[in-house]
Amino acid sequence: MSDMLALAVGNLLSPIILFFVLGFAAAFARSDLSIPEAVAKGLSLYLLFAIGFKGGASVAAHGIDATLLLSLGAGIVLSFAMPIIAFGLLRLMSGLSVTDAAAVAGHYGSISIVTFVAASSVLQGAGIASEGYMVAVAAVMEAPAILSALWIIARFGQSSAKMESGLIREILLNGSIVLLVGSFLIGWITGDEGLDMIAPFIVAPFQGVLCLFLLDMGLVAGRGLREARSVLRPALFLFGVLMPPIGATLGLGFGLLLGLSPGGVVLLMTLAASASYIAVPAAMRVALPEANPSIYLTLSLGVTFPFNLTLGIPLYLAVVRALTGA
Amino acid sequence: METHQAKRVEITIEAVMENRLTKALLDAGVTGFTILPVLGGSGRSGHWSREGQVTRAGGMVSVICIIRPDRLDSLLEAAFSVVDRHIGVVSVVDCEVLRAERF
Repeated sequence: MSDMLALAVGNLLSPIILFFVLGFAAAFARSDLSIPEAVAKGLSLYLLFAIGFKGGASVAAHGIDATLLLSLGAGIVLSFAMPIIAFGLLRLMSGLSVTDAAAVAGHYGSISIVTFVAASSVLQGAGIASEGYMVAVAAVMEAPAILSALWIIARFGQSSAKMESGLIREILLNGSIVLLVGSFLIGWITGDEGLDMIAPFIVAPFQGVLCLFLLDMGLVAGRGLREARSVLRPALFLFGVLMPPIGATLGLGFGLLLGLSPGGVVLLMTLAASASYIAVPAAMRVALPEANPSIYLTLSLGVTFPFNLTLGIPLYLAVVRALTGA
Repeated sequence: METHQAKRVEITIEAVMENRLTKALLDAGVTGFTILPVLGGSGRSGHWSREGQVTRAGGMVSVICIIRPDRLDSLLEAAFSVVDRHIGVVSVVDCEVLRAERF
């Protein structure tokens, strides 16, 4: 228990969390601190590029086995299944309309790559190794949840979701996925030699860039929460902090079943616990414009993201440590 | 200098719908348009800002077309087919242009 507390406190006092808190507080205090849109996009591209490349290089160094394919399959199953659980929970707890509940549910089946990066950073700090291909698992978990959300609408709603011909292509080829998978493949092809060549760019500055990006995430989350306080009813807030441990439990089950390393299990738990705020909101705006974006963006970015960042990740790590003795 | 009557149509729409709108406009025979970024604003869906956003989901763009008056109806029909269910504003104002053959 004392180990878990020490881990939680250590995590809360890490620079990345404190910069997130700074952004959050600045937004609430109505400070004019802001990160320009182009800079935020640049930081996001850097993080995707770095995490993808390092994951690919790690796979090149350690090789692949059947667990890679099984992990990808587990990620796809989780991403398809979790929106259905989230939808049921939302309808039970919050009384949201079918449209809003389906849109929110779609976010909870997909993933937050920054939460994944933060968990990787915590694991690195604790000296716990993980499978490099978890980056690829993250990539395959982005899209299936969107299809699940649209299926929920078609099944339970007034069928207002519009599956346009170009939407699937846009989802699968969205810039984040292309860069993440592309960097992963390049890292895999070039291996340690390639990593050595660009390490000064993607290894040493990584934590600093992550801090700056989390400052921006704090600002965006704080602004969103401040603006959308009226839509965030207690039941919705409760869902936002209840759904991550449910997802993490499913991730834990799959991770242990597949025989992933303790670090890999923590990352799969984190992926299953996180909620999208890039790919899914864009898809929902196209396919389900009647859904209220204030609800799903506030829940995903203003509630679940901070929860995972501050309490969730240390909790998932502590559970895995307790179960595996890592 | 001689000027010619034209219509200036300004469509402010969600950034994720930009490609769909411009494709619909081109299909309707529009020969040109200009796309401007929108920094932020406020409306029925609340206040929003592009600052710090990494997703296009919360952003808006403004598409401006200048066309001959006789083409207005087909443009508006094309635009409406895209913006119908989405957040956005469509406005039309009279304007004058120097080179009518370009529109």
